[in-house]
Amino acid sequence: MSAASQAALPRWVDIGLMPIVNLIQALLVAGLVVLIIGVNPIDAMRIMAWGAVYDSVAISYTLYYATDFVFTGLAVAVAFHAGLFNIGGEGQAYVAGLGATLAILLLDAYLPGILLIPLGLMAAMVFGAGWAFIPAYLQAYRGSHIVITTIMFNFIAASLMVYIGSDLLRPPGDMLPSSREFGDAAHLPHVHELAALLGLKMPSTPLNLSILWAAACCVFVWIFIWRTRWGYAIRAVGLSPKAAVYAGISPQRVILIAMCLSGALAAGVALNQIIGYHHRLLLDFVAGAGFTGIAVALMGRNHPIGIVLSAVLFGALYQGGAELAFEIPTITRDMIVAMQGLVILFSGALAYMNRPWIARVYAMFNRRAILAEAT
Amino acid sequence: MPAQPVGNAESPSAATRPAAIELRGIDKSFGAVHANKNVSLTIAKSSIHGIIGENGAGKSTLMSILYGFYTADAGEILINGKPVKIHGSHDAIAAGIGMVHQHFMLVEPFTVLENVMLGAEDGVLLRGGAGKARAELERLARDYGLNVDPDAHISDLPVGEQQRVEILKALFRHCDILILDEPTGVLTPQETDQLFQILRALNARGVTIVLITHKLREILAITDTVSVMRQGEMVATLPTKQATREHLAELMVGRKVRLELDKTKATPGEVRLSVRNLTVVDAKGVKRVDDVGFDLRAGEILGIAGVSGNGQSELLEALSGIRPLSSGGITLCDLEVSPDAPYGPAVVREYGLAHVPEDRLRLGVVTAFPAWESVVLGYHDDEEYNGRILMDRDAMTNACGKLMERFDVRPRDPELRCGNFSGGNQQKLILAREIARQPKVLVVGQPTRGVDIGAIEFIHRQLLALRDAGCAILLVSVELDEVMSLSDRILVMFQGRIVGEVDGDEADERTLGLMMANAHAQADEAA
Repeated sequence: MSAASQAALPRWVDIGLMPIVNLIQALLVAGLVVLIIGVNPIDAMRIMAWGAVYDSVAISYTLYYATDFVFTGLAVAVAFHAGLFNIGGEGQAYVAGLGATLAILLLDAYLPGILLIPLGLMAAMVFGAGWAFIPAYLQAYRGSHIVITTIMFNFIAASLMVYIGSDLLRPPGDMLPSSREFGDAAHLPHVHELAALLGLKMPSTPLNLSILWAAACCVFVWIFIWRTRWGYAIRAVGLSPKAAVYAGISPQRVILIAMCLSGALAAGVALNQIIGYHHRLLLDFVAGAGFTGIAVALMGRNHPIGIVLSAVLFGALYQGGAELAFEIPTITRDMIVAMQGLVILFSGALAYMNRPWIARVYAMFNRRAILAEAT
Repeated sequence: MPAQPVGNAESPSAATRPAAIELRGIDKSFGAVHANKNVSLTIAKSSIHGIIGENGAGKSTLMSILYGFYTADAGEILINGKPVKIHGSHDAIAAGIGMVHQHFMLVEPFTVLENVMLGAEDGVLLRGGAGKARAELERLARDYGLNVDPDAHISDLPVGEQQRVEILKALFRHCDILILDEPTGVLTPQETDQLFQILRALNARGVTIVLITHKLREILAITDTVSVMRQGEMVATLPTKQATREHLAELMVGRKVRLELDKTKATPGEVRLSVRNLTVVDAKGVKRVDDVGFDLRAGEILGIAGVSGNGQSELLEALSGIRPLSSGGITLCDLEVSPDAPYGPAVVREYGLAHVPEDRLRLGVVTAFPAWESVVLGYHDDEEYNGRILMDRDAMTNACGKLMERFDVRPRDPELRCGNFSGGNQQKLILAREIARQPKVLVVGQPTRGVDIGAIEFIHRQLLALRDAGCAILLVSVELDEVMSLSDRILVMFQGRIVGEVDGDEADERTLGLMMANAHAQADEAA
């Protein structure tokens, strides 16, 4: 017998209403925090919301941040469908940046952008997948828990990149622990540059063509997970490992496939940040997007459409938060992080906290509707 | 009929004394599922009251409400004539109710004494309480014949004795109402008799006993009064003396049921599955299947009887490729399997073996999948369901629809999630999937566990029809009746070994029961 908290609710409640209720709750608590430090929470919310959408610059920045979150959100979601909690998106994206950088540093003198950028992306995906492969192998064949190993691999990635950035790739005489700047061929076009080609005038922002790759990844993940037999196998293992074994599916293989795909998706961050914006390998360029991806995937219910929506929300929080810190000096960057943390807490960790009472309220209305029909 | 215990429900004093339990208008819903519909029930003091009904009829929900696991949406509970509010098991215990669950709630590494004391330690330091508990256990053993070594570890005890510990736990908490939920599922016929003796002894001393079961025979053997539940409603309460098997079955199902099967004589053909010296050792190094050998021929049903946990599950898993062999070999049609020649469920399936697993919910279907996705489980790589890259949704949905039609799966909705079908319909869906490919060999585990009577009838007929069509069927079941009524030959398993073989026509419950407890061998050893 299922308890009331597990009762079936229609999809619009589960997917639509609950995330909104969670978000409102998070914003209410955030408002309280803002109130405590003496700022009018309604003003703060207005600045933040407005700051994310007030003009094409704000919207572009929101989308630029959202692009990263789509990649890392999809990465978490694919692993999650196989029953794996991939906390390592951060490290996988970071190492993917190394892959992109190495490919471009080697070839940017010889190849045109149309070949160089796809090669850079491919190298990034191979490196991201490779970094995910090791914890996946350890989980599949050695029984090490993937949550622990992927967390540890984030730290290993961070140290590795500091070493590579400062000792191996740093051009002589340069003070920054980063690689040399890429050649012009390696620049992924920005959206405002393309708009200019079409005769539209857009302000210059970091928003670049990675957003199209993000869209392609969404479509690919949707088809792969729900329309192919590999996706079928992944979901079977994630939902019921024993049934999968019974059906002749190898959970070990599924773990390897899902994690490698996950790492390759996280590599999109390298496309957006390294090839699309910084044009050089920069330390800590992932900037927490890997972790935000966990919340994005949870809030988006591991479905590409949900992930796009929640990625845009988190993009707006980043951009609006930056505006807020700028407008109201008493609200520091740290406060913004705290507010984002609250959203993650309520829509990620406590995602199902409201479900029991929503289910009760729904059951009440539903019964009333049934009774009304009967009479 | 058994001897009438003291304090029979019909004794003149029963009418004047308040009832031990009175439930008035209990109502409980889980979302859209209406598990208890306005249920009223009176259980007389010092009676043995049976509650019978099919799986999902609401028996367990009702008892869980009484024991405080769930709170009723509406209705009243009166214990000994006084209204009580039960919000948790502590309230139930305070009201004098004890419950023996179907799955024991024991801490396995603890001793009997520690388990009995758990939650009733009587102080911070264990010593004082332990002394008192030991004395109390001795008294209970003397009074009721509940003999268990208080210092034995639970994990070392056989299931029958573990169940006694559960009863002792309840008595230790001074319960005078004892609820037992499907207590005989894991017992041999002989252990069941012992349990019933204990229950009669308890009853003779005034303990009210509520027995929840789906086995008609037990109701007739021990209860004074029987209540029948169907689809959440209490449909009848009658003195057991006036009840017959057929009448109770009809009340449970809501229509006439044929309890007997028409079975013709088997005509066995060639050997399809041959098992030689098969040994399976589990991850802990325990020998689960020990030197088992048999031949299974086309057109026969070979039954494997045994108390749950004597290696049947591991045997099934080894045959179906889920669990590796440790030694010995299997020949499945043309496939030779040995520890050096690894194989898996997919390979076994290719060679014509279909498997209806014991654990329907965890193995047989993915409960979160819609029916059409579960109906291809294990056959999802077949050309029939696949295009070049994408899976062919229409083909899967159509195949599902056809199977549902043929096996009368209700509701006939391929989009419904597997978990939302009733047990019987899930089982029909699995059976449909496995039979559809006309397998050469079918291994079936617990085909009717948790399945309603109507579906049992249907499933049994399907298995017989499949046998008559020439399939070799291996049937593993802990329901002795099922093994006896379907099998052409019966093997009995005990501690991983085959301890006896009986012809299907000659099998009787007593002989099988003794084999299941391995009494023959023990008698030999003693001699």
